Amino acid sequence: MSGWAGSGHGRYRKVVSYLMLGGTALCALLVVGVLFFILGSLVWKGGSDINLNFFTKLPTPVGVTGGGMANAIVGSMKLLLLASLIGVPFGVVGGIYMAEFGGKVSAFVLQYTADLLNGVPSIVIGIFAYSLIVLRMKHFSAIAGGFALGIMMIPVTLRSTEQFLRSVPVAMREAAMALGASKWKTIVSVVVPAAYRGILTAILLSLARVAGETAPLLFTAFNNRFWSPGWNQPIASLPVVVYTYGISAYEDWHRQAWAAGLVLLGMVLLTNIIARAILSRGISAPR
Amino acid sequence: MKKILTGLLVLGMVFVFAIAIAAQGQLTGAGATFPYPIYSKWFDVYSKMKNVQINYQSVGSGAGIRQVTAGTVDFGASDGPMTDEQIATFEKGRGTAIYHFPTVLGAVVPTYNIPGVNASLKFTQKAIADIYLGKITKWNDGEISKANPGVNLPGDDIVVVHRSDGSGTTYIFTDFLSKVSEEWKSKVGKNTSVNWPVGLGGKGNEGVSGLVQQTPDAIGYVELIYALQTKQPFGDVQNSSGAFVRASLETTTAAAAAAAKDMPADFRVSITNPSGKTAYPICSFTWLLIPGKIADAGKRETLKGFLRWMLAEGQKDTEALYYAPLPKQVVEQELKAISKIQ
Amino acid sequence: MTTAATAEMGAGPKPASRSFFARLLQGDQVAHAITFVAAATILLITTMLVVVLWNNSALPRAKFGLSFFIGRVWDPVSGQFGALPFVYGTLVTTAVSLVLGVPLGLGAAIFLAELAPPKISDSLTFVIELLAAVPSVIYGLLGIFLVVPFVRTTLAPALKHTLGFLPLFQGPCYGVSFLAAGLVLAIMIVPFIVSVSREVLLAVPTDQREAALSLGSTRWESTWKVVVPFALPGVLGSVFLAMARALGETMAVTMVVGNVPDIKASLLAPGYSIAAVIANEFTEATGDLYLQALIELGLVLFLVTFILNGLARLLILVTSQRGGTT
Repeated sequence: MSGWAGSGHGRYRKVVSYLMLGGTALCALLVVGVLFFILGSLVWKGGSDINLNFFTKLPTPVGVTGGGMANAIVGSMKLLLLASLIGVPFGVVGGIYMAEFGGKVSAFVLQYTADLLNGVPSIVIGIFAYSLIVLRMKHFSAIAGGFALGIMMIPVTLRSTEQFLRSVPVAMREAAMALGASKWKTIVSVVVPAAYRGILTAILLSLARVAGETAPLLFTAFNNRFWSPGWNQPIASLPVVVYTYGISAYEDWHRQAWAAGLVLLGMVLLTNIIARAILSRGISAPR
Repeated sequence: MKKILTGLLVLGMVFVFAIAIAAQGQLTGAGATFPYPIYSKWFDVYSKMKNVQINYQSVGSGAGIRQVTAGTVDFGASDGPMTDEQIATFEKGRGTAIYHFPTVLGAVVPTYNIPGVNASLKFTQKAIADIYLGKITKWNDGEISKANPGVNLPGDDIVVVHRSDGSGTTYIFTDFLSKVSEEWKSKVGKNTSVNWPVGLGGKGNEGVSGLVQQTPDAIGYVELIYALQTKQPFGDVQNSSGAFVRASLETTTAAAAAAAKDMPADFRVSITNPSGKTAYPICSFTWLLIPGKIADAGKRETLKGFLRWMLAEGQKDTEALYYAPLPKQVVEQELKAISKIQ
Repeated sequence: MTTAATAEMGAGPKPASRSFFARLLQGDQVAHAITFVAAATILLITTMLVVVLWNNSALPRAKFGLSFFIGRVWDPVSGQFGALPFVYGTLVTTAVSLVLGVPLGLGAAIFLAELAPPKISDSLTFVIELLAAVPSVIYGLLGIFLVVPFVRTTLAPALKHTLGFLPLFQGPCYGVSFLAAGLVLAIMIVPFIVSVSREVLLAVPTDQREAALSLGSTRWESTWKVVVPFALPGVLGSVFLAMARALGETMAVTMVVGNVPDIKASLLAPGYSIAAVIANEFTEATGDLYLQALIELGLVLFLVTFILNGLARLLILVTSQRGGTT
């Protein structure tokens, strides 16, 4: 890596540097461009259907205006709450084990298993939850749906937590130890806070992913045209509504499907903002 | 800060549990996608009228059969009648019979997208079968052009489109093809999902119609409703009397009337390629699947009441949504059959 | 481990004998046990999943045995089922999505982590992560109406014109194809790569960059030759996540891949994938053999994922990295 910036070779390297960095800017632009395009499509196609009714009323049959998706919105919230209750504790605490306590072999086995589980098609997870819960209980329920989504959250949370914990410099841990902290205290008060941003990112990312999943809910949460009291009944959710309406023949149902997609995105965005705002103290990664 | 967090959480849970209105026992049903629009309308109207909740979801005919057999839903719905094995499985597992109740009629039409051709094409039975068998590969093939004199068909390759997902529509279509083509019957057969000799697969009626709309020289089969809603061109099909019939509510009902005379007691009948000069040859009933014994008296009465209402008032809503109503003889037969549910 | 000993040493003088409870209260044992249980749950779930899949695929396993893997015919009517076309399609679409998505995602992550001002970086990343929440059905619908026509009318002819000598880009193209599916999948996996890679890149200590720059390297060189290798385990972790998503994606793929169980060399040809066929046919599968054959396909995907993960890890081992932590 020697060479003066002014010499021929140096200039060449500088040009390469500008080009490559420009290339990365292009990549970022492309990705953001696609995203805004998708958002724009959602707004364009579904925006007109977003009104107060959408958030407060139950669905109406095709052709009847004034209906909404209040039950699907609440349903998605309930399902995601359940999913987080399963996905976050097991994922984060398990990740702590892998990064802090586990040996090389257990880390390898667990990583491998997590990646395996991650690659299972969401519909197969749905089938699994169906056999385990729905068949036993003899009916569809929010619990089954939340369980299916929760299982999908675990691998991502697990792997990412492990990843970010490992990236905390050894020096920080040793400093804490030198001050007399036990291993557990070190983890809780030093390592996790240092990695919390990454862990939070992982949780929100996996939450976002399961928020949009349809297939695992088809045979667990089923769907519901009405309100779903409690946790033991079939429950509506935004992705399933998007799917059902999206593949129908009716224009107004199509618009509702796009609108539902938009609302779903809005919900995830809101969760992101709130989560980061509430938990935005603590050490962020050094730049 | 922690207080805010816990406060929000508590508020959230309160909100969520506040939705715990004591609902009367909800009836759940699952099955066919084809009649979903009319079913959602019916159940909505009936639920409001009688202050009950009937929750129907279109997860597919096969899934509907399986769910009602497993007992996870109170009733099922299917675009194709249950086979003898499926009925036997149900009776063995649930200890009671299962009854089919036809609700509406649907038709399947061939839709196409040929650049430069705006006319309604006429398809002979052989033409459709051979296109889907892959034996007719170009639009200007003799079999097609002889039925459409005066139409300038291009010499392009036909892009065949079929359903990728298992569906009642495929069942109806392949049932028809099996009746009009020996080769189809032996080589491919009829089912909700088959091993198509040629063609691309689109998911759902929407997928097929989308593919056809976007791909020049494509041909596909969709429910009549889809073709009408999306305003795609679709062709006339030759029926068993040799006439080229255009699918419509009248010609669909005509197909059912012909079969209604010989309607079996369990209502499991195929009405593709029926006799009758004005009958459209690719039609089918769609059925509700109701268990013979329903323990919960409330659910039982609700279902029986719904069936009675559906056969009388409900039939009036069908035409607005492009479904054909049941012929009178079938309605009368069904009304009598309702008493079998206990 | 030595850290525990260090803790003991650094804690100052202790009573000669420490009771079990004293040690327990210190928390390490309990912590170890609790975290172990949490981690073990994933093993439990995965094992249960395999067991359920195995039990529910008994019929086709008995009927076809190993020939299921190499069978090319999928005929529900006659009861003939073979997995090969679907395995092929899954591998091809995943490969295309990785080839397209990883450089794009990594490039964007590098930009966001190294070049963009923090506020912009944060807000853009925030928004990119939203992409992960878009329901796959929406990706599918956009795929049908935008990607497929684009491939048919613009991309395919261009590729055939320039690279048509390769068997990869030959034959008729209807739009729905391996390529279209790979494109849609690439967009779907980018958020995972960007999000996780960016965080890992940000976590690389500044002194590493400064050291490289002080030795005369250009900005790019310090990034590519020092920072990225340092963060490589995390980046590869994100690629694993992305690959897993691509392997299991159902809705979006089935809407743009053409759903034809054929094995063709050309990326422009229509194809099928395991997840897509399960999604398509599961709800309507009539008959136990049919249903169980679909479940066996799920098991096959499991196996494919197993092997792919193994190969990828081997690759990592072989191209061993410096710096960072593993």
